[in-house]
Amino acid sequence: MPEVASQELRIVGFLCNWCSYGGADTAGVSRFKQPTDIRIIRVPCSGRVDPLFVVKALLNGADGVLVSGCHPRDCHYSDGNFYARRRLEMLKRLLPFLGIDEKRFYYTWVSASEGARWQQTVTDFTKRIHELGPLHAKKEVTP
Amino acid sequence: MISQKLQEAIAGVSDKVDVVIAYQQGFDKLHATPCFVKKPEEIKNLIWNPLCVHNLTSYLPSLKKKKVAVLAKGCDSRTIAQFVQEGLINRDNVTIIGIPCSGVISVNKVLQAINHEPVEDVSFDEKGNITVKTSKGEKTMSLQDVSPDKCKTCRYPTPLIYDVLAGDPIVSDKSFDDAYADIKDFEGKTLEERLKYWEGEFDRCIRCYACRNACPMCVCQDSCIAETRDPHWISQRATLSEKFMFHMIHALHLAGRCVECGECERVCPMNIPVNKLKRKINLDMKELYNYEPGVNPEDKPPMFTFNVDEVTIKEHKI
Repeated sequence: MPEVASQELRIVGFLCNWCSYGGADTAGVSRFKQPTDIRIIRVPCSGRVDPLFVVKALLNGADGVLVSGCHPRDCHYSDGNFYARRRLEMLKRLLPFLGIDEKRFYYTWVSASEGARWQQTVTDFTKRIHELGPLHAKKEVTP
Repeated sequence: MISQKLQEAIAGVSDKVDVVIAYQQGFDKLHATPCFVKKPEEIKNLIWNPLCVHNLTSYLPSLKKKKVAVLAKGCDSRTIAQFVQEGLINRDNVTIIGIPCSGVISVNKVLQAINHEPVEDVSFDEKGNITVKTSKGEKTMSLQDVSPDKCKTCRYPTPLIYDVLAGDPIVSDKSFDDAYADIKDFEGKTLEERLKYWEGEFDRCIRCYACRNACPMCVCQDSCIAETRDPHWISQRATLSEKFMFHMIHALHLAGRCVECGECERVCPMNIPVNKLKRKINLDMKELYNYEPGVNPEDKPPMFTFNVDEVTIKEHKI
């Protein structure tokens, strides 16, 4: 993946089709200003997000990973995000054990109407990743 | 080679089942190997001593439709309870011959102590010592010095579920905190130290997949995503990131399921602490859901279920 701009980092976002992807769309339609470091991957439900997706992204070049789904009790499939919550919490606690800063991974809930909340989430998360800097910097510099 | 009580226990069930899974002597006196007993006269070949390290219950899911009797130590019995929780075996088809176990031996540690010389004879005495005879002489070691790490903090020396118990129950004086003290210790290190530790450990991995093959809870068998081409999770390259990813697959697929039988670490030819990641997750499962794998057959594994209101999971803030 070519570097778009020297300042830009790689953030992968897994968004559920029914709420958060709609929320991101609402933010776009409302012309809210957002950072462009995030690459969004649309998944049917946050329950589709295997914790391995997050690990694979982090090991293969992402500097941060964001997962967002419907608010608890609002899942389109009624219980997908309940399972997701347990899995993602487990991963959130495992990452620091491996030596990966848990701040590089964040999961949250954004509904389709919450364009402003989405804007806030992306802005804050991108800011945090920029504070942490690139995850793979050392490896890319060494020949 | 086996006690009267165990012999009677096996003879008592052998006519009601298709096969009894137990231990016999392997290629030398230091190695035991699993044995499938189908005829009563084969019982005399069986052995039981601290060299019987294997978790024989690993065979149960593949023998789901047969009537099987299996020898189970305390740690092995947790595997069976976990199988029952996940519906991987039919409990009615399994007869568990429980054996209270005061600790097994790490064959690797013995081999290291005798410098990998060919073994001529092995004997045990009442004081808890093992004597290994090689062409270079004899060496006597205390069982405690050559026991695997899992036995040092064992909380379940007596099987948790069994149909027949061959021996007197043993009570452990170890607590939950004892068993996870090393995990808590490791969490005291800095992020950089931890990352460096794991990179060093996983870099040695030769991707033989022995840990996965020996794992009783790795039930995907030929569909393991570490080897499938579709989806192609990891490639055949021998790079650190591929090795790291393989161990993450193993750990995350065992989240809240690992019964800590230690088979993965026993079979690892590179001495990688494979079980450590799973034990870290188990520690979290206890904290979050008060769940311990393989302890109660009636439980539900935490990743198979949920609460609408998770009181223990706090919402994260950026």
